[in-house]
Amino acid sequence: MVELASKVDKIRSKNAGPFWVTIDIFCGSPDAFDWTRRALASETVAALYRVPLDTLKRFEIESLNVIKFSFPRPVPQAAPDDRDQHGAQYAVLLQELTVA
Amino acid sequence: MPTRVLIPSGVLGLGFDEAALWRGVDLAPDLIAIDGGSTDSGPASLGTATSKYSRAASKAEWRVLMQARARAGVPLVIGTCGTAGTDANVDWMYRITAELAEELGQTLKIARLYSEQDPAALADAFDAGRVAPLDPAPATDAAAIRSMAHIVALAGAEQIQAALATGADIVLAGRTTDTAIIAALPLARGDHAGAAWHGAKVGECGALCSTNPTSGVILAQFDATGFEVRPLADGAVCTPHSVSAHMLYENSDPFVLYEPGGHLDVTQAHYAAIGQGAVRVEGARWVPAETYRVKLEGARIAGYQTTLLATLRNRRYVDNARAWAAKLDTFLKREIARRMGLVADAYGLEIRLIGLDATLGALEAGQGRPVEVGVLVIVTAKSQDEATEIAKLVNPFLLHYPLTEDEELPTFAFPYSPAHSERGALYEFALNHTLALDAPMDAFRLQLDELRHG
Repeated sequence: MVELASKVDKIRSKNAGPFWVTIDIFCGSPDAFDWTRRALASETVAALYRVPLDTLKRFEIESLNVIKFSFPRPVPQAAPDDRDQHGAQYAVLLQELTVA
Repeated sequence: MPTRVLIPSGVLGLGFDEAALWRGVDLAPDLIAIDGGSTDSGPASLGTATSKYSRAASKAEWRVLMQARARAGVPLVIGTCGTAGTDANVDWMYRITAELAEELGQTLKIARLYSEQDPAALADAFDAGRVAPLDPAPATDAAAIRSMAHIVALAGAEQIQAALATGADIVLAGRTTDTAIIAALPLARGDHAGAAWHGAKVGECGALCSTNPTSGVILAQFDATGFEVRPLADGAVCTPHSVSAHMLYENSDPFVLYEPGGHLDVTQAHYAAIGQGAVRVEGARWVPAETYRVKLEGARIAGYQTTLLATLRNRRYVDNARAWAAKLDTFLKREIARRMGLVADAYGLEIRLIGLDATLGALEAGQGRPVEVGVLVIVTAKSQDEATEIAKLVNPFLLHYPLTEDEELPTFAFPYSPAHSERGALYEFALNHTLALDAPMDAFRLQLDELRHG
């Protein structure tokens, strides 16, 4: 059991406009890309961010060894209950996710 | 004949490497293009029609770019003036430009491209079925549109081309897509359409597509089959990886980008290093849409806020902060109902515990014992006076509320006096929609002026 951040180069998140957030996992190598692709189920990511699975977009970009997730922000940017205007801290949940 | 666009940085106000800029000017660009804003920092810029960057920083950078334009002898274009690209933001940038023209002794033809939408006219367009929601879109109707503080439409390449066609030395554009100011000229000159948009997307954040993201300046060169991009700062290089990875950035789909009049598809793009830190890209496709649609952004007031901040350092309170805050929340809501006659859905009161879960809220999975806990109380109400009145009611309890009934009243730390801060209006993004246009300039206006100095 390890934290995902220890298996990949970098995990970052950012708004993609005020209504979406996008998370990029830079795996760093074909091996890490393959490992992460298998270890990280879309269901896990949807549950982590508490978003419906059918709103989660998953992209596996082999040429970059990148796995990317995008989903509608749990609350739109700057709504009264938004806590992170730029969405850049959402990545922390995946960085600290324990994976087998 | 290739088209060269010099891009000083991702946004005016963030700074750039001046030596690299002058190197770029010596490479004979056909246009200098820089972005002036985005929705990144939230709806307040749009709601208040004010810049998020300081006037002094913007003016200092614009001075250098106006000097670079004079030496290069080519148009200088800024998109999304003043962060939000409202008419007031464009006029703010015009006044800065006019001051600098006088200080630098320049005679200039200036084109202002206005993107702001009249709420009443847009409400009519909504009723006529010309406004369509994107996914996800806030619920809206004609009445909601009429109540918005400011609405802008995102101009595309066609509107920038119209501004350039006036022969302007400087184009000050209201809200545009980040890419349009870069793609407009290569498209007008008949370069490859897919490459024009793809190169514009890669270049829109300046050197963020290189190995030295903060160096700013890059040159994008477009031709009949593709584009090339090179960073101009010492030690910065573009690699196929750094360039292709930029499609990921702030983009929910790394292969598709919607623009006015169509979309870009980079699924088949291929990237090759061509030496001297440059990368050549071919294979992107531009897919025209049947209807010409522009995206809309709108901000409206969602209430007024007053905040309070206290810190807990006492170990027992730090350890029991969640239980204390939950109890305080219940108590305050009861007191507000009792003393002010306000029901729970007539206002908002939220307590966020800094040190526990202020950033992620219910999503937070991490645990640990903080040294201290910040207690941020956010009050949202229908008026500023009411928000502050609620905050003043909260104040003594935030300072002294005990964990249990049978203990001496504690006193926590307030970092300043008064403990409350009026935040003013709370703005929300109230549109994620598009507007159908018969002709690209239908929702946009051009204003031409000449500044004569020197």
